[in-house]
Amino acid sequence: MSDEPDEPRSGFTRRDLVRGSIVGAVAATVGGRARAAEPESMGPGAAPLELNVNGMVHRLSVEPRVTLADALRDRIGLTGTKVVCGRGACGACTVLLDGQTVCSCLTLAHEAAGKPITTIEGLAADGRLTPLQEAFIAADALQCGFCTSGMILSCKVLLDRNPKPTRPAIREAVAGNLCRCGTYNHVFEAVERAAGMKTTDLAPPGSPPPPPVPRDFDDDPRVARAIREAMEEEGLA
Amino acid sequence: MKEKIRVGFEGDFQFREIEIAAGDPAPWDPSQRFSIVGTRQPRLDGKAKTTGEAKYSIDVRLPGMLYGRILRGTLPAATVKSVDVSAARKMPGVRAAIVIAEPGARLRFAGQEVAAVAAETPEQADDALAAIRVAYDSRPFVVRLDDAQKPDAPLVFEGKTETQTSGGDVESGGKNLPRHGNVLGPRSTVKGDVDAGFRKAAAVVEATYDTQVQTHSALETHGLVARWEGSELTVWASTQGIFDMRDQLAETLQIPVAKVRVITEYMGGGFGAKFGPRVEGLAAAKLAKEAGAPVKLFLDRKEEQLASGNRPSARQTVKAGATKDGKLTALQLTVYGNGGTNGGTGTSGPVKNVYACENLKVEEFDVFTNAGPGTAMRAPGHPQGAFALEATMDELAKAIGMDPLEFRLKNDPSAVRREQFRGGAEKIGWKDRDARRKTSDPEILRGVGVGAAVWYNTGGTGPRATVTIHKDGSAEVEHGVQDLGTGSRTMVAMVAAEELGVPLDEVSVSIGDSRLPFAPDSGGSTTTPSSAPAIRRAAWEAKQALARAVAKEWKVPAESVRVEKGRVFAAGNPPHEATWAAACKLLPSEGVAATAERADNHEDAWKRFTTGCQFAEVQVDTATGKVKVDRIVAIHDCGVPINPLTTESQIQGGVIQGVSYALFENRVLDRPTGRMVNPNVEAYKIAGALDVPEIDVTLVSVWDGINNTNSVGIGEPATVPTAAAIANAVSHALGVRIRQIPITPEVVLAAVRERESRGARS
Repeated sequence: MSDEPDEPRSGFTRRDLVRGSIVGAVAATVGGRARAAEPESMGPGAAPLELNVNGMVHRLSVEPRVTLADALRDRIGLTGTKVVCGRGACGACTVLLDGQTVCSCLTLAHEAAGKPITTIEGLAADGRLTPLQEAFIAADALQCGFCTSGMILSCKVLLDRNPKPTRPAIREAVAGNLCRCGTYNHVFEAVERAAGMKTTDLAPPGSPPPPPVPRDFDDDPRVARAIREAMEEEGLA
Repeated sequence: MKEKIRVGFEGDFQFREIEIAAGDPAPWDPSQRFSIVGTRQPRLDGKAKTTGEAKYSIDVRLPGMLYGRILRGTLPAATVKSVDVSAARKMPGVRAAIVIAEPGARLRFAGQEVAAVAAETPEQADDALAAIRVAYDSRPFVVRLDDAQKPDAPLVFEGKTETQTSGGDVESGGKNLPRHGNVLGPRSTVKGDVDAGFRKAAAVVEATYDTQVQTHSALETHGLVARWEGSELTVWASTQGIFDMRDQLAETLQIPVAKVRVITEYMGGGFGAKFGPRVEGLAAAKLAKEAGAPVKLFLDRKEEQLASGNRPSARQTVKAGATKDGKLTALQLTVYGNGGTNGGTGTSGPVKNVYACENLKVEEFDVFTNAGPGTAMRAPGHPQGAFALEATMDELAKAIGMDPLEFRLKNDPSAVRREQFRGGAEKIGWKDRDARRKTSDPEILRGVGVGAAVWYNTGGTGPRATVTIHKDGSAEVEHGVQDLGTGSRTMVAMVAAEELGVPLDEVSVSIGDSRLPFAPDSGGSTTTPSSAPAIRRAAWEAKQALARAVAKEWKVPAESVRVEKGRVFAAGNPPHEATWAAACKLLPSEGVAATAERADNHEDAWKRFTTGCQFAEVQVDTATGKVKVDRIVAIHDCGVPINPLTTESQIQGGVIQGVSYALFENRVLDRPTGRMVNPNVEAYKIAGALDVPEIDVTLVSVWDGINNTNSVGIGEPATVPTAAAIANAVSHALGVRIRQIPITPEVVLAAVRERESRGARS
């Protein structure tokens, strides 16, 4: 395999998907200019691959169809990353790729070649728990623990970007992480604890409702931002 | 031995003389000064679970391990004509292939197992499935409850009903019940005379309530890793019952129980459906045998949604009457439930056991359809039963012009729950709930509702535990229980540490292995009340062994030595006293150990049902139909909680699953094709971080003296009343009765239209 990096192509995140569909919509309205990125031909047989996981390089040989999640779990043996839905709907397989959260079940192992990958095992690599992990334990923000790896990584990225997040911001940050045991409220507390904030007290009865979440898709600042970014990227704005 | 103990709950204790089983310590007393029990202890496996170190069964990797996959039929009803796995066997990497549905076998739902393969990589196993050739004869099918009840409906079972039941299922008692077409039943319960009761009533209400099929959706799917070493089988399974799994594997594979070992070190959730090896577990064991190599076979999410069990749907008609002064005079429930190819769809638990009513009539029918089999799910029958009952209570209260909470208090036989109702009403602000209905936004209405929970199980005999005290003062507990995520591992350590009087970090725990002393299945909320008393007794006996060893060294009679709160004393002249550490130094190098069994429940204890209630406060957007649950107040009885932190977590979880059941979850089967259209977790919507309310949990400690730790389970009661409370809150907000869940925007908007048309008429 050549040392030259391929056409830079990040893993597919849901953000990319949203952006992609919006770009499609925008492009359709303005006459259409699709990005033509020809992927390097590979497969169907196994191809060599180097994955840089938690600062260690792993040399593998996997078929192009193998997902990053399966490569981490079945080939490297880093089983802290979990697969629950296999289609990007639950966040259990969240890992950091180039510092961004991605669903490793929607990312092909070969797409991640050469990029720094952080899994849950990489957080306390020196054997010392991070304050976020400690807060998860103290707040009992885990029950069966199967969503915990993805949950913690989503929260880590949130705290990296926003050291004092509000409750709604925390909810938003883990909105893509499905927990079946029902740990959410304790997860919110854990993030606040890790951020050194006082855990929000329960609202007294009859207190005014929280500000309404925008009801329309168009009102959602995230959508507006995604459209703006996508248009900028395409040279339309 | 008779002993006088105090039973009851805060503010309402009484003395009761009970017979203590020989060799068992008397129940902890309300005056007990606990050091560890009752304190909020972070779970012992927190580090393993937050660092990714915890090895779940699905994470197990063995040298030479193969990956198993199952081929499933896609037709809702068919007869298998032929299955040919020979081409699959020749595919790259394939090491074994088996036929599950032999020619002539009937397939009764889309997703039923047909064949299985094992290959060196998961991808090769997937490829091999595509090479299996199957011929089917398609048959007529029926997937909807109402369609299946029609006289000319295609029959799911033409001959004998072939249903599977597993640990924790609602009894289906199918054997002696009449079956007409697809309808089995009724299972009947009659008490008093409902007709006379209705005649006495000042008001009678009757309505029909619909609930959907809910899937368990545990994050770790069903499955296991099977490894044969000669004639010995070891499996790493995601199971709620290690010992049940062991016994069923031995029985089905016809090998001695002693040759089967089941390990569940960590488990990614279980809500009632993970019992026994099931089809996939047996397939893994057979594939492993054929291949001569270990096989990992876990379902994927789609398979999990199709074939791993679910909470059956129910169509319940409830009729109830009450006197003018608010006494229930008659309660009648008729329910038809769709459990797919399984029975056990009854919902009568709440109607029979929550409110006192002299005249009761219940008729429960199972309706078979060509859909994945229902199975026990977190309080089988209860959330659906509570939804119908609590709606009825609200309607009846309205009919007699009484406050719905006052009406409940008048009919609730449980002193504990009456206190819970009062406490919850205070917290939610029940008194001014009507005044709070209108919000500053004219399109948004607010509502408050309530529901009650009942649960019965107090655990039972069978469990054993071994406690070893080492020479350095540390202690070990061995008990083969599984931890589904409930915190049972931590509970085991806490009970032992409390009884021994040593710090929690000096106790190590071995669980999750059938080679350890016998432990209960985790079903019916029985784990803690079955396990904890065995652990306490083993620790108590180990303490006595320590006392005997110390007495020998001190040359005093063994009876004179007491071990209390980490110190060892002997009365006499001169009196002896030693710290725990100093006393343990006197032990021989092997330390002392005791293995003890859980004693019988105390028949003469304060017998009662486990109780709880929940209040919901919601906002209903009359423009969009969206319901937002702002707050749930959950007040529950968990006996004497061992670890309030993990207990509260379980209640949080029960509530959130209840919110999800009330508003979102719904298995949708396509009527023309008979297939599930949402076998995933995005179209099968489950409550997420944006949907969960604030949850205010209160635990009421109840000392019943039924076992030596006064412990009862909480997993199930915690999810029983949530949907009922939410539906009542939405009905309160709108002033229109909601009679079906999930309460989707469509349901709300229909209610809004009903309200408008009523407004237009009046």
